[in-house]
Amino acid sequence: MSRLLDHYRLTHLQRLEAEAIHIMREVVAEADNPVMLYSVGKDSAVMLHLARKAFFPSPPPFPLLHVDTTWKFREMYRLRDRMAAESGMTLLVHQNPEAIERGINPFDHGALHTDLWKTEGLKQALDHYGFDAAFGGARRDEEKSRAKERIFSFRTATHGWDPKNQRPELWNLYNARKNKGESIRVFPISNWTELDIWQYIHLNDVPIVPLYFAAERPTVERDGMLLMVDDDRFRLLPGEEPVLRSIRFRTLGCYPLTGAVESRATTLPQVIQETLLTTTSERQGRAIDKDAGGAGMEVKKQQGYF
Amino acid sequence: MSTAPAYVVDDLVARDIDAYLDSHQHKTMLRFITCGSVDDGKSTLIGRLLYDSKMIFEDQLAALESDSRKQGTQGQEIDFALLVDGLAAEREQGITIDVAYRFFNTEKRKFIVADCPGHEQYTRNMVTGASTADLAVILIDARKGVLTQTRRHSYLCHLIGIRNIVLAVNKMDLVGYDQPTFDTIVADYAAFAQSIGIETFTALPISGFKGDNITARSANTPWYDGPTLVEHLETVEVLASVDADKPFRMPVQWVNRPHLDFRGFSGLIATGRVAVGDRVRVLPSGKTSAVTRIVTLDGDLQQAVAGQSVTLCFADEIDCSRGDVIAAAEQPPEAADQFEATLVWLDDAALRVGRGYWLKLGTQTVSATVQQPKYVVNVNTLEQLAAKTLDLNAIGVAELTTDRAIVFEPYADNRTLGGFILIDKLTNATVAAGMLHFSLRRAQNVHWQAVDVGREAHAALKEQKPAVLWFTGLSGSGKSTIANLVEKRLHALGRHTFLLDGDNVRHGLNKDLGFTEADRIENIRRVGEVAKLMTDAGLIVLTAFISPFRAEREMVRAMLPAGEFVEVFVDTPFAEAERRDVKGLYKKARAGLLKNFTGIDSPYERPEAPEVRIDTTVTTPEQAAEQIVDLLLRRA
Repeated sequence: MSRLLDHYRLTHLQRLEAEAIHIMREVVAEADNPVMLYSVGKDSAVMLHLARKAFFPSPPPFPLLHVDTTWKFREMYRLRDRMAAESGMTLLVHQNPEAIERGINPFDHGALHTDLWKTEGLKQALDHYGFDAAFGGARRDEEKSRAKERIFSFRTATHGWDPKNQRPELWNLYNARKNKGESIRVFPISNWTELDIWQYIHLNDVPIVPLYFAAERPTVERDGMLLMVDDDRFRLLPGEEPVLRSIRFRTLGCYPLTGAVESRATTLPQVIQETLLTTTSERQGRAIDKDAGGAGMEVKKQQGYF
Repeated sequence: MSTAPAYVVDDLVARDIDAYLDSHQHKTMLRFITCGSVDDGKSTLIGRLLYDSKMIFEDQLAALESDSRKQGTQGQEIDFALLVDGLAAEREQGITIDVAYRFFNTEKRKFIVADCPGHEQYTRNMVTGASTADLAVILIDARKGVLTQTRRHSYLCHLIGIRNIVLAVNKMDLVGYDQPTFDTIVADYAAFAQSIGIETFTALPISGFKGDNITARSANTPWYDGPTLVEHLETVEVLASVDADKPFRMPVQWVNRPHLDFRGFSGLIATGRVAVGDRVRVLPSGKTSAVTRIVTLDGDLQQAVAGQSVTLCFADEIDCSRGDVIAAAEQPPEAADQFEATLVWLDDAALRVGRGYWLKLGTQTVSATVQQPKYVVNVNTLEQLAAKTLDLNAIGVAELTTDRAIVFEPYADNRTLGGFILIDKLTNATVAAGMLHFSLRRAQNVHWQAVDVGREAHAALKEQKPAVLWFTGLSGSGKSTIANLVEKRLHALGRHTFLLDGDNVRHGLNKDLGFTEADRIENIRRVGEVAKLMTDAGLIVLTAFISPFRAEREMVRAMLPAGEFVEVFVDTPFAEAERRDVKGLYKKARAGLLKNFTGIDSPYERPEAPEVRIDTTVTTPEQAAEQIVDLLLRRA
């Protein structure tokens, strides 16, 4: 980011960066055992970069937690391990043992796959390590119910979220006090938009998974979605044959559930250009929001989904 | 006069993405709130701003069109309100019940909008949304004019210190774009605004539904020659640039100490600017040093300004930790422990006068008590009324006392060092937002007198470790009996003790107090202070008070050094205490002759983790006394 101050007037990205850093430092000062949830996506990448800025020259004083489903893209695992090493942070990987035992997978189990690996897996990991504050990379512009979420979002001892019982947040004063067993989800990049994230990655050379850039990749078209055949666990239906297409991803999750877009954008400015000119919103590439009608994400959050 | 919307994603994106990114990179940010009555069209206006700035994608638009047909209130046309009304419950009720944040960009700025609810019971949400805003858009329905709610919202915005007020006279399409209607509303509002101290405001005739004067001048209002709403939002000065011209202040959040050779102080600069070489003063200690480095991951800075998060290094090894404030050496802020402040009460449970709450201001957290309010403000009539407490959504002025001095500035000068929240010590809820006016003269003039013979010297002479044995339990539970036995034993062992008994203290020191909740809190506060003085003198103090509220017992615990407060819970079941009824008080209370009697019409909050619990149904007073003396001697 530019080191010269333009007549002491900060740009919107400088203000957003300062806000996120302030939030992270408050959590470290007031929580007993914080953790950063790291999904390896672009929002996580920015959050991790901000954490490194917030505590420099110290490494961020908390571990990274990856709630793994075993079904992420291979390139995500590679970047995850590299970033943990570069940042000097401890990487904790949690895979729900029940999901492992039952062989839960996105092909046979539909919504149960997300529920067991992600929702239950996250609760297990938080309980196991006794984390009382968890940073998440959610943004308010992603979805309607997120627009009303606080930056410090309280969860009961059973990880429930009550949208009518949130603490008011005034100025930049955050109340991080809680009773035993309760925890906080903290969203330091709440006020960033998708464009802000891209621009910040561009200006700061933040490392991201190469899947965000277009390349020739083996794909099949299924239910109106372009899926990438990332490894030999992908079950081809009769008549399906992987086809090389120039694709990239706007959002990353479990590879058999994540839709790609056809694209020739191989640089960040090209990706941003496509994003701005596109007419489809970001989360459409994920199957998760459509499950429960208009209130999908709100219901999921009450159950403990991040 | 331009006719095209000022901030559509122009073809620069398609033509030259690098040029577009360069312009976007240099945008500033404005945060504003929208407020109005339930049907003034706030959500519609915000939906329109998002729609016009292409912040709605095709799939969202498709969902919006289908929702509009199912639930919409605008017939077959798109109901923009559905786009922004988020949570399921309120979608069904058709009202907004919480603060929602929205984002859009124009060529010049990024905007964050706090969408604030209009109805009365949600004052707390409005104050929340307003606290981070540079500007407020007050919506008025052109058919209805200035309403009670308009006055309330304007008062709240002014109270929170928003200097840029926009009066958006909405639904002009429904009054035929009539200029006299607009002029009358503006004149009405101007008279009101002046009466509460709003010096200037900008009035615009708009239609959120039809899009008049939002991004482009409307042909329907040829008589209006001011800016469009968006033009105005793009040009007003943001708070951060005003803050940059004030004296330097940075509350310390965190001390950065990766190894012995580096010690940095991290924080968000609240006001002013700092450069390498500047002399700074650390408050409240008053120690000074010079800034040697401004450290960031991207390399050291030569200077930094309000709104930036930085890490500073000093030339000298001076004490500085979280809660301290680093300030310009020659213009430091004050520290004090008694204040007058405006409080906005945010919790269902009303203020308890005299009770200890956590007060968080900047990065300082202290214990604070609130006096009986001087007055509360009726937000509809703006009258000042007498009040004994503050209920949910009440706004009042009261004096506060903190348990140690805090670094502050009046809220009007500095939002960061003048704005605070109060937190309930038991539920941890944020119960109030406060704005400091000034410190009280008595705090300015009363200083701690240093004494040469301190508490350690007193204790050493008596060859004992001071303590407070705090007996709590129902009336008739056996507190005084056991306390008396404990004191006799300690006395026999040569210890210097003193027993403060509830009834005895009420004959003298506390004879002005009754048994209301407020008086009981004050009773315990005074006893706590007396006990503290006695431990300073080196004594072992025994107190026997019902002390029914957990918060007050914790307040006394917090007054004393760690380990000196020993809570003894004399646990006698209510039925057993009533059966014994040594003083005949239960009988009187049952007959209605005693009000506020603990266990009957006033609660007893059991200790959660007392140092000692005596179950009097299985332990005799003698056994209990022995157990307590043993514990005390083991400790020492």
